[in-house]
Amino acid sequence: MRNTLVLFKRELAGYFSTPVAYVFICIFLLLCGILTFYLGNFYDAGQATLGSAFFEFHPILYIVLIPAISMRLWAEERKQGTIELLMTLPVTLPQLVLSKFLAAWAFSGIALALTFPLWITVNYLGDPDNGVILASYLASWLMAGGYLAMGACISAVTKNQVIAFVLAVITCMLFLIPGLPQVSEALAGVLPSEVLVEAVRSFSFMTHFGAIARGVIDLRDLVFFASVIGVFLFMNAIVIELKKAD
Amino acid sequence: MDAERSVANALVRPPPDLEPHDFPFHPQPLLEQTLPMGAMIEIENLQKRFGAITAVDGVSFQVERGTVLGFLGPNGAGKSTTMKMLTGFLPPSGGTARIGGHDIQTDGLAAKQLIGYLPEGAPLYPDMTPEAFLLFIAEVRGLSGAAARARVAEVTEKVSLQQVMRQPIETLSKGFKRRVGLAQAILHDPQVLVLDEPTDGLDPNQKKEVRALIRSMQKDKVIILSTHILEEVEALCSRVIIIADGRLVVDCTPTALAAKSRWHNAVRLELQQDETDRVKSALADSYGASHVEKLGPASLLVTTKDRRAILPEISQRAQKEQWKLEGLHVEHGRLDEVFHDLTRAGSRN
Repeated sequence: MRNTLVLFKRELAGYFSTPVAYVFICIFLLLCGILTFYLGNFYDAGQATLGSAFFEFHPILYIVLIPAISMRLWAEERKQGTIELLMTLPVTLPQLVLSKFLAAWAFSGIALALTFPLWITVNYLGDPDNGVILASYLASWLMAGGYLAMGACISAVTKNQVIAFVLAVITCMLFLIPGLPQVSEALAGVLPSEVLVEAVRSFSFMTHFGAIARGVIDLRDLVFFASVIGVFLFMNAIVIELKKAD
Repeated sequence: MDAERSVANALVRPPPDLEPHDFPFHPQPLLEQTLPMGAMIEIENLQKRFGAITAVDGVSFQVERGTVLGFLGPNGAGKSTTMKMLTGFLPPSGGTARIGGHDIQTDGLAAKQLIGYLPEGAPLYPDMTPEAFLLFIAEVRGLSGAAARARVAEVTEKVSLQQVMRQPIETLSKGFKRRVGLAQAILHDPQVLVLDEPTDGLDPNQKKEVRALIRSMQKDKVIILSTHILEEVEALCSRVIIIADGRLVVDCTPTALAAKSRWHNAVRLELQQDETDRVKSALADSYGASHVEKLGPASLLVTTKDRRAILPEISQRAQKEQWKLEGLHVEHGRLDEVFHDLTRAGSRN
């Protein structure tokens, strides 16, 4: 536990010792703003809510932005050779995997939290359901965690950050599109039974994100994100064990 | 006058009939007698395969405290792979290693706590400052707060890093980077120090500094260092292991290794130029023409087949026959030549 904390601290501080963190946060906030006010028509909707204009875009936004955080997690360690340093310290592999993931997740949480001016704006302009907004924030953060776990695992596969980025974008997309309404409809035409369509749909982040973001915190959705994170971190550890010496 | 002095100097050397490792001032045989307890490092039949390639093929050896072990071998011979297994980075494909009794596979954390490791090329986090980096290492090594800061300050002073502590590591010179790497390896005052090519890529002054640092730490520790530089082995190590093609081909002291050289106990004569031919033919009569080699216009090298000590007889003869000697030296053997012979022989098998 203590080691995980020490490693976590170094990782998180690492984001802020370079411009990476600041650039990322600026771009994230900028994109959030643009999407909300232009694409989302925040003002024209005339509703005191963040759901349709702000959180709706997060699944798409994360497809590009989350791999940008996760791509360097292991690829950089392997390229610099620091993985050898790290793994000969008296720490365990689960501690390393967990601390890296948690630091990245905390960082994405910080970026997300910095969108609070929107929340203030909504509260200033109207009388929103803050419970739903809180649930949406939670959903968004959980989704970021799922994507990050995937990205971390993929980052361990290669030494090249660009490859890690592209592969992570594609993987994240695969876990999103089955939940898009158009795709679901198309699937319904192809797949023989409704059960199968539901099964495919239930693998989508969109489905579970949407459920929590509506303010319904169902245990099944939480379990979904927790298992995605767990499975990918477990795979991450295996990949590291196999590839660390290459 | 000069000639006499170098003859005298040459004669002061230890009696050449003693084998080098019997020489009473050499620490190695003493250690073997006074430390009967278990060796600090025990490596048993260590193997590593990468697919079809066998990088390390059944290496076994033990190392006692107080030893500075030089790890030699051509590139790709398995030195680094052996070190990576020893430090717990790579799991062995067969066999095992124990550090202070802790098996690196079943008790890896305890083994890692005893080891300080400088990986090849001294990888570091370029964005961190040495200060932040060393504090991180200190915390991972179980120190915190004031104790961590005190220890970092101590080590910083030892490797003379004070003036760059707050600069990002990527802006540092190679010498400073290497020192940061060394500092992280010695931070917890480890009992086993594994250094993979610690002086590689440094300038001569930096090499000298790193060697002095290693020498200052050798007491009560096991230091294993790999290197390509044979003079470094002579200067630092009390024991040499040569690995070729994943196998251990030599395990002895540097002096014993040098004694394997064709040049061991050879005598080099510096003469006045007009004397060279006369002396050469005189020596050729007693040692055989093929054993007297002309190194330059005024320099001869005499070797014998059995590498026996011939300095006394040559110096006596020089006085008797009044050769105009400028200098007379005993060769102790050339490590590079032995290294070349041994590692080439290894690759042929």
